Amino acid sequence: MISDQPRISVLGTSALLFEAPGETDLATQERIWALAKEAECWPEIREAVPGMNNLMLSFSRPPACCKPIEDRLHAAWTAAVPMRIEGHLVELPVVYGGDGGPHMADVMAHTGLDIDQIAAIHSAPTYVVYALGSHPGYCYLGGMDQRLATPRRKTPVVSIPGGAVSIGGAQTGVSASAGPSGWNTVGSTSMRFFDPALDPPALLRPGDRLQFKIAKVIR
Amino acid sequence: MIEIIATGALATVQDHGRGGALKWGVGASGALDNLALAAGNILLGNDEHAAGVEIQIFPFQVRFLEDCAFAITGADCGASLDDLPLPPWWVQTASVGQILSLGIPRQRIWRASRAYLCLAGGVDVPLVLGSRSTQLRGTFGGLEGRPLRSGDRLRAGARANGAGRGGFGLSPPALDLPLTEGGLPAVRVLPAAEYAQYTEAAHQALWNEPWRVTPQSDRYGYRLDGAPLHLIAPIETRSHGIVPGVIQVPPNGQPIVQMRDAQPSGGYPKIGVVIEADLWRLGQAPIGSRIRFRQTSWDEAIAAGELNARWLAEARRLADLYRGRTGSS
Repeated sequence: MISDQPRISVLGTSALLFEAPGETDLATQERIWALAKEAECWPEIREAVPGMNNLMLSFSRPPACCKPIEDRLHAAWTAAVPMRIEGHLVELPVVYGGDGGPHMADVMAHTGLDIDQIAAIHSAPTYVVYALGSHPGYCYLGGMDQRLATPRRKTPVVSIPGGAVSIGGAQTGVSASAGPSGWNTVGSTSMRFFDPALDPPALLRPGDRLQFKIAKVIR
Repeated sequence: MIEIIATGALATVQDHGRGGALKWGVGASGALDNLALAAGNILLGNDEHAAGVEIQIFPFQVRFLEDCAFAITGADCGASLDDLPLPPWWVQTASVGQILSLGIPRQRIWRASRAYLCLAGGVDVPLVLGSRSTQLRGTFGGLEGRPLRSGDRLRAGARANGAGRGGFGLSPPALDLPLTEGGLPAVRVLPAAEYAQYTEAAHQALWNEPWRVTPQSDRYGYRLDGAPLHLIAPIETRSHGIVPGVIQVPPNGQPIVQMRDAQPSGGYPKIGVVIEADLWRLGQAPIGSRIRFRQTSWDEAIAAGELNARWLAEARRLADLYRGRTGSS
């Protein structure tokens, strides 16, 4: 997965995916934000959507050939200067384990850690919102301690509730509403992340920070 | 205005989708058979992006609470207006009190599973983040962000040129633009980023084996059943933006094609992407039916999109012609 060159691929005729090289980190994400800001002004691009150290560019209409956009992307990436965002800090109390954390046992089995260690390690960092995605208001967070990394589930779960705190691969996040998920749910929280009547509709945006607080550990 | 008298689960108001909100985590939604919805609007002289009702469980019945022209497209549901049988892909005028009934889709001439009901002036629900499509996950858009149920009333939008005309129809794209492979309905696929990391057996299976649409298939995604697709070595990709059509493969090897209610991002490896121009075909594939994937190129995929656009342009020409010839009022 890790190479030293960015990788560009097509998502059918609807979009391009730009993936930055290297380990997932904030400095790279800051360049992704800068690249998104530039690319969303290009006439062929409908929307520039940051992911985790990657960027999807959806087309307003598919170009006859992708090569010119790919060349422009490579050049813009080389020139991209990290975009610093001074975001808000939001605290979020979490109940770890119990009915709200049905996959805690799987994460314990995979990591070899006990539930108190997992809660402590998970709530220690201040996470940075790298990107929104998955469902309305959902935040992809950077900064999880890699001791907690647990592969996505072999078969996605049909529905997890809103407020579920989960781990998928090297990432963690909080669901904003009930729906399907391939991640391991380890805890629960209550917070309204999205309101379509507001502008912007999402509570958090890239560059904001999230601090989990241990409300309770159910062993 | 119409009132829903009978409906199964998951009939929703849809338009051509919600663009520009991916960055808030909001997927596009929109009609699974976008050609059928556009054609229904064209038959009525509506903006082709107007909202209509997508129906996937039958029977379905509505009562007209005022005189109104309407169009039915998509699956052939043996529609009738009171006792009058209506051909599929048809525009008709209804009088106040009349009842439109749609039955279980007939699979005789073409196989399809979803029908669209369009109203002259479009279904008028509030625009939310630029679209009238129902966002089921976010519970907004459409009618109160939820599927329709009996007793719901839907208003038709304001209309400049009277009540519209009825009594004509179109030949469906399933007949005009057929695509099959080995005797089964096919959709064209462009390989995606992780394609090369799948085994040779997976490549062979993807292109040469039939794929059954399982009952766990819906507007979010079609879970397909067939020969398991395995990676040469396991990989974890970082979450990234995805689009409807992406064929994700979870570790169980059974592919999931993302549909219009798909999440705007995901992290499972992608073996390919069903091209935008063929998503309507998959959206009409009934549960339990089998489909085939056909490998395509960028140029062919662009040409397929242009062919769809030409089909819609021709539909518009025919509808305008018919209205022009009969519209002497």
